[in-house]
Amino acid sequence: MVKLHVNGETRELPDLDPETPLLWVLRDHLGMTGTRFGCGKGLCGACTIHVDGTPTRACITPASVADGKKVTTIEGLEGRVADALRNAWSAGNVPQCGFCQGGQLMSAEHQLRSAPSASKEKRDGAMDGNICRCGTYTRIRKAMDQASADLGGE
Amino acid sequence: MNRRKFLMQSLAGSFTLGIAVQGNTLVARTVKSLAEPPDVDWSPNLFLSLASDGTLSIIAHRSEMGTGITTALPMILADEMEADWERVMVVQGDADARYGDQNTDGSRSIRQFYKRMRQVGALAKHMLIEAAALQWDVPASECIANHHTVVHTKSKRRFLEFGELAVHAAKLEAPKPSGLKLKDASERKYVGKDIPIRNMGAILDGSAEFGMDIRLPGMKFAVIARCPALGGIATKWDEAAALAVPGVMQVVKVPFASAPFEFNALGGIAVIADNTWAAIQGREKLNVQWEDGEHADFDSDKHHQELIGSAAKPGKIVRKNGELSDKVEAGGQRVTASYSLPHLAHASMETPCATARMTKEGAEIWMTTQAPQGAQGRIADALGLGAKQVTIHITLLGGGFGRKSKPDFGVEAALLAREVGAPIQVVWTREDDIQHDYYHAASAMHFEANLDAQGKPTSWLQRSAFTPIGYTFNPAAKQGGAGEMGQGFTDIAYELDNLQVESCDANTHLRVGWLRSVCNIFHAFGVGCFTDELAAAAEADPMLYLLERIGFPRHVDLQAMGVSYGNYGSSLEESPIDTGRLRRVIFKAAIMSNWQEEYPLLPLRGGIKRGLGIAVHRSFLGYVANVVEVEISKNGELSIPNVYVAVDCGLAIHPDRIKAQMEGAVVFGTSLARWGEITGKDGRVMQSNFHDYRVARNSDAPANIEVAIIENEELPTGVGEIGVPPFAPALLNAIFAATGKRIRSLPLKNHDLLS
Repeated sequence: MVKLHVNGETRELPDLDPETPLLWVLRDHLGMTGTRFGCGKGLCGACTIHVDGTPTRACITPASVADGKKVTTIEGLEGRVADALRNAWSAGNVPQCGFCQGGQLMSAEHQLRSAPSASKEKRDGAMDGNICRCGTYTRIRKAMDQASADLGGE
Repeated sequence: MNRRKFLMQSLAGSFTLGIAVQGNTLVARTVKSLAEPPDVDWSPNLFLSLASDGTLSIIAHRSEMGTGITTALPMILADEMEADWERVMVVQGDADARYGDQNTDGSRSIRQFYKRMRQVGALAKHMLIEAAALQWDVPASECIANHHTVVHTKSKRRFLEFGELAVHAAKLEAPKPSGLKLKDASERKYVGKDIPIRNMGAILDGSAEFGMDIRLPGMKFAVIARCPALGGIATKWDEAAALAVPGVMQVVKVPFASAPFEFNALGGIAVIADNTWAAIQGREKLNVQWEDGEHADFDSDKHHQELIGSAAKPGKIVRKNGELSDKVEAGGQRVTASYSLPHLAHASMETPCATARMTKEGAEIWMTTQAPQGAQGRIADALGLGAKQVTIHITLLGGGFGRKSKPDFGVEAALLAREVGAPIQVVWTREDDIQHDYYHAASAMHFEANLDAQGKPTSWLQRSAFTPIGYTFNPAAKQGGAGEMGQGFTDIAYELDNLQVESCDANTHLRVGWLRSVCNIFHAFGVGCFTDELAAAAEADPMLYLLERIGFPRHVDLQAMGVSYGNYGSSLEESPIDTGRLRRVIFKAAIMSNWQEEYPLLPLRGGIKRGLGIAVHRSFLGYVANVVEVEISKNGELSIPNVYVAVDCGLAIHPDRIKAQMEGAVVFGTSLARWGEITGKDGRVMQSNFHDYRVARNSDAPANIEVAIIENEELPTGVGEIGVPPFAPALLNAIFAATGKRIRSLPLKNHDLLS
């Protein structure tokens, strides 16, 4: 039986095929739709979640991999870094359609949390796994600069 | 809030206006109940409702796919009404013919509804002032509305909040909206301001509800195996193997479509499961054997050559000024060039998705759709129901770009819901999306010009051959109509004494549909690149050469020239082709980029090759110029440090969203120019996902995109599509400036930039 700790809640999934990707566990079994389906091949980042704090493509990660681990989705993304990012995203009017933005924030949060003093280039490069078809990239970069500054980074 | 909740709200004590659009006039009445049956001459189709607590609900009848339209349109109404935006609640309207046009494409929302939203706001304000004046027994002329309140200006001591007035305004008879005075520009509160988009919070916390997020009790998930070659059918499949996958419940055949494909379900073998993953796994086990149809031989390489060959031969003349000449005068020269672009896929981040259930009345569908009424009609036809028996709820759209104007996926969901007898969500995987799209046209253009000794064109021929959208509706269609040719080709706004524009044949092997900017993409590319080639032949500065071709400010009256031209559904009197506005955006982009100093110097600077390129285009009544700066490294890698965008879209309703659309258009243009290509072999689309249908990623996007909006009070134009067309030609012209290399076909990934 797969047991996940999703956004602080323990969820037991007795009937689940443990090979089911986390994306569909979240969306179809647990009804948490903030994690988006974009490609199913780990190419676009729309499904980015954190497993024990590490960004993970939920669409290609079997539930068994996260068994007993902490899963954080956009619905449960919290903390100082997340707050700074959401404020900067909002102030910079980053989203257009918004579909990819949860995944963008999950990647951005990990980047600013794990490497707060990384160079701008490194920071932007870390976002290459998240496609935005509306083309909000320049605003994402500015919002990350802003959040980084607000957090006391460079 | 959705419309259902809105309709269920008690209207007691509230002031609700029903507004009917009858031809070009508005008729308004107060209504007691939104369920009021429409009578012969009274069918309200746009609502606002003011509750006694002051909450103002406004129906957004257009689809939100990221342009900000469900913020901008209600904002226009609130501004005119002097309502407080903080107390506005936007309600997404369902498909309803009474709203008038809901088709959220063609960059129409603001340009068609700006005036109407203002009139409705003015009407509500007028009635609230009347209501207050009656309460106070003073002339209405002594009262004004300001910030959700009516004030008696003479005494300055009497105030009544809008909410307090609701019950009184509801008793008044609505006047004729057309007679009401609208606000002056100086009185605007929200129009022209950057109001945050209404669903920001829900996007950032993951609660925003897109089409794929609909969850109904008892709902099943479906994925469909469709024939990889258009028009083919399944002859054999392994139902048992699919059913053996845990979670798979049923395998259902969806009847196969044949040409014209229109917006019908393509047909296929559907796997129904209790979760999406099981349905996808089940489909893989189907092992379908296909019998390909008439397009089994489609090969995009051959098709490409066919298109180029077609454009090389005379076509149907759609515009002619003066006479073409083969003769080159002394000191002059003749320049010819052909350009081509491949099919493109929309690839919106959210793939097509619809959820359907059968109800006592008929059917209810939740859809990520740009065309709710189109979906309603198609689904009703497919189910043998009347349109009124089909309810379409519009969800947020995870991108659209024109794909979601085609409701084929909604038809699939409805057919399956009826067949299975349970609510069904049809999910398109990315592979489904890339391989069964309504593709952007593949195209070829051919140009021939004679230049005199001064470099001025004395004869100009241009031909265009492309797979027409008409094919989707009529398999015999070989050419685009006046609408498609009028997207940047017949409407070329240059001063040319001897011009001929021709339309040439193309065969089509895929479903073709409109994609953001439509034919303007390739026509702007051809015209923009050829103009740059002529400038080089004439040894002229490309920016100045472009200005010379456009000539003095004037209106290009195509109708007076006898040219069939639709002008995006607007009259040429109201929205002329104004070369003055083309000139203004060129000047602006040139100034922003410091063109006159930078252009001659850039190629000489440093070890890397650098260049500036320019292009301008009018589409959807708006005017955009781009200056693109490129850098090409020693091993031929392209980067785009700066893009300068000057846009004239008339009155700027929401400057921040206009800028966002221009920035997004540059990134969209980067994707299509660098990597955008759908190819076909043996009738099959060869791309399947983002690894082989590449779109721009964060570090691919230009480092800096600067947008300037030309301030004016002209009628608002389209915005969502106007930014894309000038980008690719400006980019290619910059690459020429940097390297001296002319690339005449897209995408760039097929070319070495240096050799």
